[in-house]
Amino acid sequence: MSREVEELNRRLLRSRDAMDRSYAQPLDVCAVAAVAHLSEAHFIRSFRAVFGETPHRYLQRRRVERSMFLLRETDRSITDICFDVGFGSRGTFSRTFREIVGETPSDYRTEHGPMMAPHCFQRAGTRPVAAAGVALRSSSFGDAAAATPP
Amino acid sequence: MINRLNVTTIWVLDKDQARDFYVNKLGLEVGQDFKQGTYRWLTVRVPGDAGTEISLEQPGPPVQDEATAVQLRQLISKGAMGGLVFVTDDVRGLYETLRKRGVTDFTQEPTDNFYGTDMGVRDPFGNAIRILQPKKVAHAAKA
Repeated sequence: MSREVEELNRRLLRSRDAMDRSYAQPLDVCAVAAVAHLSEAHFIRSFRAVFGETPHRYLQRRRVERSMFLLRETDRSITDICFDVGFGSRGTFSRTFREIVGETPSDYRTEHGPMMAPHCFQRAGTRPVAAAGVALRSSSFGDAAAATPP
Repeated sequence: MINRLNVTTIWVLDKDQARDFYVNKLGLEVGQDFKQGTYRWLTVRVPGDAGTEISLEQPGPPVQDEATAVQLRQLISKGAMGGLVFVTDDVRGLYETLRKRGVTDFTQEPTDNFYGTDMGVRDPFGNAIRILQPKKVAHAAKA
C-alpha cells in the first residue's frame, strides 16, 4: 500500500513539474493528467489530496507568480505579461491576479521592485498562497486556450 | 568557528537506485559505501571534491520507526524534502550528457538568468536538483 502511494505521488509530482515547465503554453487538464497516467477525474481528485489544491489552482498560482516576477523585473506591458504567462485574456488575468494577490497587477508593479534572491528561490518563495475561503473553481485549464502569440 | 560543510543528507527510497542515479547518471563519485551490520553508509560527492559528502539515507528502522518512515517516503515522493544545488562550468553540455544517459525528469531546461544559467532535474525519488553555471563577472581592477 505504501509503495503504491509513493508511486502515485511521484507521478503526480511529474505532472506538477510539467505545469511548472509549460505554464506559458495552453494546457488542458487531459494532457497534464496523461503525464501522471491517470484519468482526468482521478487526476484532479488525487492531485488535490496530495498537494492541497486543484491542478487548475496550482497552474493559476504558477502563472500569477511568473507575472509578478515580470511586473517586478521588466517594463513589459501588463497585456504582454498576461499572454507571456499563459493567460488567454486580460480580463481573466486581472481577475485571477486580484483574487490571488489581493491587488491589481498595476498596483503590484508600483509597489514592488526587483529582488536579489536567485530565481529558483524566488519562484518557490514568492508564489502566492491560495487565498483562504476562495472557492476552488472547476478544473478546466481553458485559460490559455484562446491565447494568440504575443 | 565552523570551517566547512562536511556531510549533508538526501533522503532516498532505495540506496542501490540512488547510487546508480547520482553516480552513473548525474556523474558524482562514490565517497564511501560500506556496511556495518545491517546499516549501509553510502555517500557520494562531487568528483575531486573530498570536502563535502552527500549521505544517501533511506527512511526506516533502526533510525525511524516504520510509521515515520512511511510518512517520510510519502514526503520524498511528492518532492517536499528539499534538494541540492550544484555548480558546473558547462550547464548546456551537461544537459546534453544527462539526456544521453537517459535522464528525462527535467524540471527546467538550461535557462539564462542575471546570475548565470541554470537547469533543474529530479532524482528518481522526487528530490529537486539544480545545477548552475554562474555568470563570469569581470572584476574591475581596484584602484
